[in-house]
Amino acid sequence: MGEGPVASPGRRRIVTPGRSAIGGLVLALLLLPLVGGQYAQYVAIQVLILSLFALGFNILFGYTGLLSFGQAGFYAVGAYGCAKLLLLTPSLLFGVVGGTLLAGAAALVLGVLCIRHTRIYFSMLTLAFGMMIFSMALKWRDFTGGDDGLVGIPRAPLEIPGLVSVSMASMGRYYYFVLAVSLVAIAIAYRLVHSPLGLTFQGIRDSEGRMAFTGVSVRTYRLIAFVIAGLYAGLAGALLPALENTVTPPVAHWTTSADPVLATLLGGIQAFAGPIVGAFLYFMIKDVIVRFTEYWLIWLGIIVVVLVMGFRGGVVSLATARWRVHRPGREGA
Amino acid sequence: METLAFQGVVGLSMAMYLWLISAGLTIIFGVLGVINFAHGSLFMLGAYLAFTFYGLLGWNFWLAIILSLAGTAVVGWVMERFFLRYLYGVDEAYQLLLTFGFILILDDAVKMIWGGVFRIPDIPAFLEGHWSVFGRPFPVYNAFIIAAGIVVGIVLWLGFERTWWGRTVRATASDREMANAIGVNVPRVFSGVFMLGAMLAALGGALGTPVRVVSPGLGAAMIIQAFVITVIGGLGNLKGAFVGSLIVGVLSAYGTLLFPVFELALIYLIMAVVLLVRPQGLFAR
Repeated sequence: MGEGPVASPGRRRIVTPGRSAIGGLVLALLLLPLVGGQYAQYVAIQVLILSLFALGFNILFGYTGLLSFGQAGFYAVGAYGCAKLLLLTPSLLFGVVGGTLLAGAAALVLGVLCIRHTRIYFSMLTLAFGMMIFSMALKWRDFTGGDDGLVGIPRAPLEIPGLVSVSMASMGRYYYFVLAVSLVAIAIAYRLVHSPLGLTFQGIRDSEGRMAFTGVSVRTYRLIAFVIAGLYAGLAGALLPALENTVTPPVAHWTTSADPVLATLLGGIQAFAGPIVGAFLYFMIKDVIVRFTEYWLIWLGIIVVVLVMGFRGGVVSLATARWRVHRPGREGA
Repeated sequence: METLAFQGVVGLSMAMYLWLISAGLTIIFGVLGVINFAHGSLFMLGAYLAFTFYGLLGWNFWLAIILSLAGTAVVGWVMERFFLRYLYGVDEAYQLLLTFGFILILDDAVKMIWGGVFRIPDIPAFLEGHWSVFGRPFPVYNAFIIAAGIVVGIVLWLGFERTWWGRTVRATASDREMANAIGVNVPRVFSGVFMLGAMLAALGGALGTPVRVVSPGLGAAMIIQAFVITVIGGLGNLKGAFVGSLIVGVLSAYGTLLFPVFELALIYLIMAVVLLVRPQGLFAR
């Protein structure tokens, strides 16, 4: 922590890792199926899914200053929507795009209502809507399969009518599909965050009143951030059914909403890469601790408490703070 | 018709049970301004402690409840004194996240100590049996919970409105700095209030053990119910929490009877509508 504890989720310059690091990381991800087996690919897909989920969440929380506890609702709309479409027509692209758009539409409708509040009331409102979607997943048996969820979802081939049809049956193929989708989505998020739109979000987070004085419609931009977060949650959810072949109500439960919160907190709220690093750490922590004890959540809880008490910038800000000390000439903030 | 009336009484016992949990949550928010996500886990801890002393060790029912309250209060004290206290100055999002961390810790700790299985101890002998209510058997134990809820409500109301201690707490709640200036030991009031809230959660858990299944997932389920109630009644509004408990308890009793498919969603719908239309709660002054 170079500058002492942070008083609000923001106010710190957004830090980004170097280009060479990104290149190396992408290369490592591309080569993963050559070194790692099925399990490594499976975990990597989960890390990517959580990364997208958390990335969208952080556009809303870290950049715009709104803590949502209902993101699992949109995650579930993406997952159930994609699953329904895959059961209807076996086309992966159709399912994933459809699920994502459905989640975006849900976020638009509920977002109009949610952004009427900020702070704790916003969190409570998103929690209520998220749990409403959970109740529907659980009780609307005819459509969602109730408790049992939707089962037997095919990992449909990637089809572009008249052009190509690629089978996705092997885990390796699906891994590359998820990787490609994730890299594109992350690149888009990066552009968004570093565009005037992203700056507007941060302006709203840091000083709502001043942004309003400059003629910015604060509510409209909050809604845009909400829909972006919903789209990313939906995309993350839509990548799930083809991986697991089933979708069950717990994906919509509020405890699932906590996953992107934890990932973002672990990695760091102030850094663009924070949620991605955090998603990786989340599964690493789980994977390592589970080898020793089934009670890994207690350790995750202890880590959360330690982070909240002492390191509110997360792991990425710790790393960059150290980096800055070594190369003082590059310090910007 | 009798079914409807009977279901109303069932709802009333459910409501009193919810009231005990939401009362603690409300008091903590009202005074400290903190939404305690881990409140459901404290409730669960109280249930497990009572279950251990009473169900496993076979001690006296009342003693078991008192011990479970004391144990949970100690955990609450540790949470407030050594952790939460250092976060009053920062963004409230971090207070939420901290208490969420405590959910993970408490839930897994409970699993480590008591295992992941479901448990139901016996009802104490003097509360066993049924009364006939509207021609149907109504468990005496449920009547006991209704009575306990009302007693707690009266005690809290008298405590806050009619005692020196209650005045101090209310003064602290309305203006921390001013209370501090006139000699109130604010940190101590905060610790005390947090412990009181934890004890109320534990009381709900302890009284519920003989009728509800005790399981590690209990906390996550209860906290959401308590959130719904505190939102409907108005965050930090004790009377509101009482009426909110009645609404949610009675509504879910009728809901499971009349429209089982939408009962769950309806409760969250009410929560959302209240937040949108009257965020200060239905019963704000």
